[in-house]
Amino acid sequence: MNALRKQLDVLKRPFGKGQKLEKFAPAINAFDTFLFVPNHTTKKGAHIRDAVDLKRTMVTVIIALLPALIYGIYNTGYQYYIQTNTPFTFIDAFIHGAWKIVPMIIVSYVVGLSIEFGFAVYRGHEVNEGYLVTGLLIPMIMPVDIPLWMVGISTAFAVLIAKEAFGGTGMNILNPALTARAFAFFAYPTYMSGNKVWVSEAGAVDGISGETILGSLASGQDVNYSMMEMFQGAIPGSIAETSTLWVAVGALILILTGIGSWRIITGGIIGAAVMGLLFNLWGANALMSFSWMNHLVVGGFAFGIVFMATDPVSAAQTNKGKWIYGILTGIFCIMIRVFNPAYPEGVMLAILLMNVFAPTIDHYVINGNISKRKKRWSTAQELKTA
Amino acid sequence: MEIIKKIQTRIGAKLSIKGEAEKVFAKTPSSTTFALKPDDFFGTIPKLLKKEGEEIQAGEPIFFSKKVPQIKFVSPVSGVIETIQRGARRKIEKIVIKANASSKAISHDCKNWEKLNRKDLKNLLLESGNWPFIHQRPYGTIASPEDTPKAIFVSTHQTSPLSPDFDFILNKESKAFQEGINVLNKLVDKEVFLGTDATHPGMFNQITAVQHYTIAGPHPAGNVSLHIQELAPLNMGERIWTVNPEDVVNLGRFVQTGQFSPQRTIALSGNSIENPKYVVSKLGAKLQPILNEFKILYPQNRVINGDVLTGTTSSDEGHLSYYNNQITVIPEGNDYRMFGWLPFKDNNILSLSNTSFSRLFKKKGFEVNTNLNGEERALVVTGEMEKVFPLEIYPMQLIKACMIEDIEKMEALGIYEVVPEDFGLIDYANTSKIEAQEIIREGIELMINEVG
Repeated sequence: MNALRKQLDVLKRPFGKGQKLEKFAPAINAFDTFLFVPNHTTKKGAHIRDAVDLKRTMVTVIIALLPALIYGIYNTGYQYYIQTNTPFTFIDAFIHGAWKIVPMIIVSYVVGLSIEFGFAVYRGHEVNEGYLVTGLLIPMIMPVDIPLWMVGISTAFAVLIAKEAFGGTGMNILNPALTARAFAFFAYPTYMSGNKVWVSEAGAVDGISGETILGSLASGQDVNYSMMEMFQGAIPGSIAETSTLWVAVGALILILTGIGSWRIITGGIIGAAVMGLLFNLWGANALMSFSWMNHLVVGGFAFGIVFMATDPVSAAQTNKGKWIYGILTGIFCIMIRVFNPAYPEGVMLAILLMNVFAPTIDHYVINGNISKRKKRWSTAQELKTA
Repeated sequence: MEIIKKIQTRIGAKLSIKGEAEKVFAKTPSSTTFALKPDDFFGTIPKLLKKEGEEIQAGEPIFFSKKVPQIKFVSPVSGVIETIQRGARRKIEKIVIKANASSKAISHDCKNWEKLNRKDLKNLLLESGNWPFIHQRPYGTIASPEDTPKAIFVSTHQTSPLSPDFDFILNKESKAFQEGINVLNKLVDKEVFLGTDATHPGMFNQITAVQHYTIAGPHPAGNVSLHIQELAPLNMGERIWTVNPEDVVNLGRFVQTGQFSPQRTIALSGNSIENPKYVVSKLGAKLQPILNEFKILYPQNRVINGDVLTGTTSSDEGHLSYYNNQITVIPEGNDYRMFGWLPFKDNNILSLSNTSFSRLFKKKGFEVNTNLNGEERALVVTGEMEKVFPLEIYPMQLIKACMIEDIEKMEALGIYEVVPEDFGLIDYANTSKIEAQEIIREGIELMINEVG
């Protein structure tokens, strides 16, 4: 370990203060700090610091994403072999999925991180770790057959417009990964909806009908999956969102480590359940009478509410605000599903909508605190003058 | 003793760190030099009264405040002014006094102090150099002599890591303490509030002419900001004064003897000191003679004037700060940790986050060092500051308002109700390694300059 450290120190020398390559220090530092937590000591403020840092936080999110990702890779192969009636083993399915999905992850990371590194050098700050999560989320919420160049363009759009244009990590209003998906959704609708995009190779092979459950419901068809199948996730859909079971495992990791807000997740589930229940009572069409419990396990709702709505930067920031934000996200998700057959999946738009409203929610929550304080001041003033 | 309120909080954190001072007074040789550091007096610009080489008596003014010339700062000992250290732009950093054996001291007439009216008592305290013992809220600066406070708070229970036990320090001083409380009562219209540890009030429950309240819960339960919020919330335009417990004794001893009392008892603490103990010393004493009496365990250490959350960096050559009852020595953490960012790795580092198992071990006394454990990043994680901040204030929003220097917003979000120390645990706990205390201090400086 010491030898490696010494090697690195030699390697880093040209990037030091006053050296030739000083400007590019953030780039080399990003690699170095992945090997070693730096030897920086506290200069002002508290002299001791918690072991947690942004890297540890983001890596915890990635760990929470892994179960859903691994299942997503398997399910991609599974859907393909099942629909084409080819006999297969677990390994076959896994290899087929990995063949499709690993390149998407690589494209997303390469494009996104290049832009992040560029901005870090340009702005002279260290590379923020936030993109490690965003870069993994983007492929996980895309349809499997989306061309790689589209993944690249969506990623570039999301990082440039949704994140860096607002000032970089911590300043963005919209969740970057969802912005990437929304961009792809509106720019290339034929690749993002319909019944030919959700199963691998569905466009090329006849006879595959890879409609999602929500898509079938929206077009008035019957659904042949049991609730257990929907929960386990052996259904067509975006790559890693199908399995509520593995998303729930991720949710558990996020909640137990305190990284994801349990308030937003619980609020979202309550909101969606109540809305679903109300629509069940109404029951005017297939989506309305689709049981509220099923609403919770199909589509991207679970994935969205656990991994996207809880993004701390674009969500509400106050504890009270998180409840309101979560509940409204749940409500809007089901509402969009039911009322707008053109967008059978409501969770993406619901979260983006609530991202926009999150600052407003916080504003009112904080105003409560401010007006309480001002009221106390004015009562004190009255007492004095009386 | 009638308790008017039991303050209890669950929000906060008790950092279990190794190196608590044993409740024994260690004998150390007395320091030969003493120093006043104008930086200890937040918001004060010094105007010197003495030059290098001049002789000075104990209790004789060395400098006064440029803004409020009545506030004088006196020498804790008799001797000669050895050096006046200046920093950038000739800012006075330290006035070092070499003590001599003459022990000449200035005496004031305090015989009938009880009969003085408030104005004359204030003048006596200002003239004798006792005034800097009194701080005010908002801002945590030295109190303005023109004001009459709504209340005076004395909290005898500190909850910061390895903090001293004032019941132990002041056990034999109950008479002087009571006298100090009597002085404070003459300065306030209504009450003097005295806060004590709920589990062991000790000698302080004998004290009369105060409103007793008790404090329970993790740090920052002992911070006066919380007590003010619970007992006498500070409104715009109001003033509340605070005095440290040992300075109450110093005030009391002054009116008893007529001489400025510079007593300062310190708890030596921290995991770099073997068998840390308490030491009785004086304001501004040089640290070296004190530290020399103890075995220092690591090769590279940081000497901190104060506790690990709010103290200032010093060294062997440094001098005791004016207000703190604690010196902490911890090892420097300037080493690398391979893959240290992995969750659940390096559980020997104390962490409040659930991404480490350190809390599960319930280990008593963690070894700490000064490593930043990461690098500064943009503010991303939300909700973590609120977990260690019991005031009815949105800490992150207030920090952001201070960063953008939005005075109106800072005011509305409660800048008058906080001092930088309240953000010590936020410094410690926040994921992005934001220097919250620094930001709040700068915010308060802005308020002083713009609003006053």
